[in-house]
Amino acid sequence: MTVAVKEPSMLLQKEMIAGNYDAITSAHETGRKVSSTFVPGNLNELLMCFGILNNLPEINAIQNGMRRLSGDYIMEAEKGGHSEDVCTYVKADIGMMGRGNIAPNGKPFPEPDVLLLSYTGCYTFMKWFELLRAEYKCPTLMLHVPYEGDGHSTPNMIDYVVKQLKEVIIPGLEEVSGVKFDIDRLREILALSAKAEDDLVWCLETGKHKPSPIDAYFGGVYYIGPIFTAFRGTEEAVDYYTALRQEVKARLDAGQGPTLPDGSVLTDQKYRLVVEGPPNWTSFREFWQMFADEGAVVVASSYTKVGGMYDLGFRHDPADPLRSLAEYCLGCYTNRNLPSRVDILAQYVEDYEADGLLVNSIKSCNSFSAGQLMIMREVERRTGKPGAFIETDLVDPRYFSPANVKNRLESYFQMIDQKRRGANKAA
Amino acid sequence: MDMPVSKAGVIARRCESIVDDLSFQAARDWKAAEPGRKVVGFLPVYVPMELIHAAGCLPLGLFGGGDRIEVIHGDAYYQSYICRIPRSTIELGVTGRLDFVDGLLFPFVCDVIRNLSGMWKVMFPDVWTKFFDTPQNFDPEIGGTYYTHELRELRADLERLTGRDITDAALRASIALYNENRRLVRAVYDARAAEPWKAPAADVYVVMRAGLMMPVEEHNVLLADYLAALAIEDRPRKDNVRVAIFGSFCEQPPLALLKSIEMAGCYVVEDDYSLVNRFITEDVATDGDPLAALSTAYLRHSVETSCKYVPNEADKGRFHVERVKQTGAEGVIYAAPSFCDPALLDRPMICGRLSDAGIPNMSFKYAENSGQMQPIREQAGAFADSIKLWS
Repeated sequence: MTVAVKEPSMLLQKEMIAGNYDAITSAHETGRKVSSTFVPGNLNELLMCFGILNNLPEINAIQNGMRRLSGDYIMEAEKGGHSEDVCTYVKADIGMMGRGNIAPNGKPFPEPDVLLLSYTGCYTFMKWFELLRAEYKCPTLMLHVPYEGDGHSTPNMIDYVVKQLKEVIIPGLEEVSGVKFDIDRLREILALSAKAEDDLVWCLETGKHKPSPIDAYFGGVYYIGPIFTAFRGTEEAVDYYTALRQEVKARLDAGQGPTLPDGSVLTDQKYRLVVEGPPNWTSFREFWQMFADEGAVVVASSYTKVGGMYDLGFRHDPADPLRSLAEYCLGCYTNRNLPSRVDILAQYVEDYEADGLLVNSIKSCNSFSAGQLMIMREVERRTGKPGAFIETDLVDPRYFSPANVKNRLESYFQMIDQKRRGANKAA
Repeated sequence: MDMPVSKAGVIARRCESIVDDLSFQAARDWKAAEPGRKVVGFLPVYVPMELIHAAGCLPLGLFGGGDRIEVIHGDAYYQSYICRIPRSTIELGVTGRLDFVDGLLFPFVCDVIRNLSGMWKVMFPDVWTKFFDTPQNFDPEIGGTYYTHELRELRADLERLTGRDITDAALRASIALYNENRRLVRAVYDARAAEPWKAPAADVYVVMRAGLMMPVEEHNVLLADYLAALAIEDRPRKDNVRVAIFGSFCEQPPLALLKSIEMAGCYVVEDDYSLVNRFITEDVATDGDPLAALSTAYLRHSVETSCKYVPNEADKGRFHVERVKQTGAEGVIYAAPSFCDPALLDRPMICGRLSDAGIPNMSFKYAENSGQMQPIREQAGAFADSIKLWS
């Protein structure tokens, strides 16, 4: 396979993530404490207040998926009694533990000092950490973030989350780290978060331009990397998003599209799509190429909002730190009810002048997937733009069928062409 | 020649006809009997039925369409890898079978049922639809305060739906009725555990399920009658092993599956089928603030099940092990619906704890419309034989 060509920001992102793995795997030498926690509703700023490193099992599974290791890990977990029906992130994680728990840098992961169960928008998280807790026997701090069943947070929900932060999470992290909580330190960190969030939103919204200087799905997963993981609230993240913004602005000014993995630039964009659902990671490049071969660019996506809906206006707020963290957790994409998700996606189709909504439905992820067929139909009905549905998985290579996916994509693009011809005739 | 049907059998057959009726005629009749009556449906696995009752409404347990409905529309809403209960529930909705239901509660079970609440809002905008969350923090000051507020909101919503106040006195009276219901339910389970040959699993099952489809007052009378009938039930005792069934709290197996397990040589002495009426394990206080009492009951006296977080590692699976011991079960069949995240993610942990405690266990998957019982009979039969021979 040829080496993928990456934009400078992608290389920088890769370097940052690698640096975090080095910090985690050298925790024994440095004496730093390590947490495991999840991407949606992650409390990186809070962990930073205690000097605790942030290890995210979803990101490890993604890394293993992209390195073609996850398939064996999943089968290892299934041999150990884990059902073939459940989330493959969980099984990839458990299978990795069974094979020595080796990080992407080739060194063993240290056992976590704390499992920070930020329980936001995904039922599986709860069971995942119950499973890990049985292995690691370390403290587990549960932050229950109620689901926005009626499409909004209530004062009761916000109070509940803030109370848990004050009375469970912060004392728990103090005990694990031996560091006293300093709310002013949290304010400083949150101010940096908000700065990076501004630049991320600016970049994501350039998808509204024609041609779009970004791919907001395949490229987007690189762009969200630092802010959704261990870097939100750091100077590094601020610098990264400043650099990303400059890079995207240069392409915007030059009327250029994003760089593709083969090194070409997708400026001739025939199709503009909004994509719902996470990507497939085991065949990520091949999957992206299928879009690129047809001249399709993704102008907005929901997956790039799982770690925070910044484009809807949310910013971490140093003036009210704990409430701000609570609102952040409550507002993550998969913690919003289905009518809200329909509203968001339909608005994306309109605002980004997309040709339609494509759903990549993930076998592993019921939080995203249950109800997506209705979402697609509703968005089609509201926007008058055609939708399409493909099915893959996160990190289980058995569920990525390239011929089927390609076939469905080609049919979808033909449908869009047909619709355009119809519209032209009517005009 | 037909065998004479015992009194317990007559009660069970009546309940079976209620459970089997996907037009929900009994609930429709209840609603039609007085103008202004409302029916509030709910999905598994727990809602405080006391509040619905105190609002003057009929709480109606909905557990999908079972094996008695052909899912045509529902499949168009779900991918092949999602369990069956949401698709048959959608089928019930779009075919008009639930057109008399005024409100629907979707309690927290998993992401599929959670998302179904939003689908219902879009598909049936005229029905009051609510996702009902329960706390995963069990500290009375934290989770308890949150939950009491949620119950207050639920009470206000029900008041808006019915146009009448729910007084504390009415709620206490409802709690008393449901306490009585829970006591009778526990008595039936105890009676079955003592003499399981008198109370076939399928009969006990329909007696419990039907109770979630009729007024609690009526069910209390029915349960008392059933208990009295069980005392005089005359059935031959077989050389079956005693098993507990876990993992079946949401999507329900077909009755044929329950019968198949018994035919394979197992007496069911404990189960978590349609868990609602056993979710709270002790009486709810009938003095003081009734919402606080419901909250405390949830925090302190509810079963361990897969949709609840277990804060302490040492407690994981403890409830299951204890129930096995209390009921004298000799083994556990962990029967989970296909694609059921809660039951299947929990399975290695629960079965691991059972094994640690020396309790034989086996597992299989089913769907509410499973039709092939031979493999189930073979598995359950082999399990029963293994217990008899080696335990």
